[in-house]
Amino acid sequence: MNLIETSNLTAFYGDFQALFGVDLVLQAGETIAVIGANGAGKSTLMRSIAGVLSNKPDAILHRGEPIGALAAPDVMARGIALVPEGRKLFPSLTVEENLLVGRHGRKVEGNWSLETIFGLFPVLKERRNQPSTALSGGQQQMVAIGRALMSNPEVLLCDELSLGLAPVVIKDIYAAFPRIRETGAAIVIVEQDIAQALKVADRVYCMMEGRVTLEGRPAELDRADIHAAYFGAETHELA
Amino acid sequence: MNWLDSILQGILLGGLYALFAAGLSLVFGIMRLVNLAHGDLIVFAAFLILMLVSTLGLNPFVAALIAGPLMFAVGYLLQYHLLNRTLGKDILPPLLVTFGLSIVIQNGLLEAFTADSQRIPAGALEQASISLGGINAGVMPLLTFASAILVIVGLNQMIYKTALGRAFRATSDDVVTAGLMGIRPNQIFAIATGLAMVIVTIAALYLGTRANFDPTAGPARLIYAFEAVIIGGLGSLWGTLAGGIILGVAQTVGAAINPEWQILSGHIAFLLVLLFRPRGLFPRAVD
Repeated sequence: MNLIETSNLTAFYGDFQALFGVDLVLQAGETIAVIGANGAGKSTLMRSIAGVLSNKPDAILHRGEPIGALAAPDVMARGIALVPEGRKLFPSLTVEENLLVGRHGRKVEGNWSLETIFGLFPVLKERRNQPSTALSGGQQQMVAIGRALMSNPEVLLCDELSLGLAPVVIKDIYAAFPRIRETGAAIVIVEQDIAQALKVADRVYCMMEGRVTLEGRPAELDRADIHAAYFGAETHELA
Repeated sequence: MNWLDSILQGILLGGLYALFAAGLSLVFGIMRLVNLAHGDLIVFAAFLILMLVSTLGLNPFVAALIAGPLMFAVGYLLQYHLLNRTLGKDILPPLLVTFGLSIVIQNGLLEAFTADSQRIPAGALEQASISLGGINAGVMPLLTFASAILVIVGLNQMIYKTALGRAFRATSDDVVTAGLMGIRPNQIFAIATGLAMVIVTIAALYLGTRANFDPTAGPARLIYAFEAVIIGGLGSLWGTLAGGIILGVAQTVGAAINPEWQILSGHIAFLLVLLFRPRGLFPRAVD
């Protein structure tokens, strides 16, 4: 049985339609990447799965059960955690409090606790009592990932982890992913950085203008096909 | 010595104003809701305590212990089923709804209890006083002030040391992201208003035992509460106590100069703070 499955998923912001019948499958323990340019609908897809945007119940299935109409706290309680685009840390909470609040709605014992998160990102332990706003962008991203892991999710949705970060910082953050994968969590990574996405993913979905335009395993995908699916162009080599 | 006496009485009066204001400050701090019915809810709680005292013959403090959980339930249900529906980007709906609620409560109390002034009998405590270095301080005002300190210490502990407090602050920062943490904002807001109503009950106990009240006494209590919150700085509980004390001292010192100036001097102190520190004396760093 698929862990997460979307079928003919649509999403609207008022009258504006952002997703047009997206079909996506995530298996247990798998890492998939969703790539696409700005405005392709990647973040809308994540927000829909996480329950921020409501949908038809059976547009999203979790272990075969309809969750499309569930609110975000109910989706989170089922073990689906989102690292939102732009980190969205709570400015009035310290680093440690930001991590602790991540398990508010799902207190499940598992691989992740305050201590193991500090083991994954040691710099956070040193700064645990500081306001989250005092951290650098990369450290804030670590807090956002740690906060999502605190609920010991079986699905980790990561929205634009590399946004606004220096390449060396992005490398540090992605270095943590093998350890997250070892815990058995399935991961969905939304990225604009194609090379990074292809490096960590078992399968890749490419989106353009609210539709999935390409799907496959990184080794099987041709660079020209990805380029066409990403930009809508038929020619040109991928830079 | 007369001035010292006025200042001490003002500080103690500030405790009552801080109690009026603490619930308002809590609710505003968490959900940016300005509850125009807050004063009427204080009067409502005072009538509830009075009813328990007069029908069951209870001590007012015991009656307040019973009224507290009842008022929590009132606050929870009110927020969950009515006020949550008014929250959003537009600030007008909660103002209109709580204004309407204020009128409903006042008229309901008029129907039930008539327009007569009432007082909650506190027995010998009403007149009891102790001497503090030559100045006499009433036991009830001292209890009021001590209760205000306890309420603010308790609220601060709850907000900064508990999981519920973390959820309060997270929801106040960002409702959507709080939902991703499994926090249910509607429930959090309802709990906050429930707690505010428990504080309202404590305020009502001291309001009702120290002075007369009637069904239309709420709006004046609301104004004092507003002034204390704004003088102290929006969202800051210790600031609210400071605001209450400044308001109380201004009133008693004004009254010492001329009894007619009591209320006026409190309002003037409020306007002066607004003029020179529009964000209050101790505004929250993150708004």
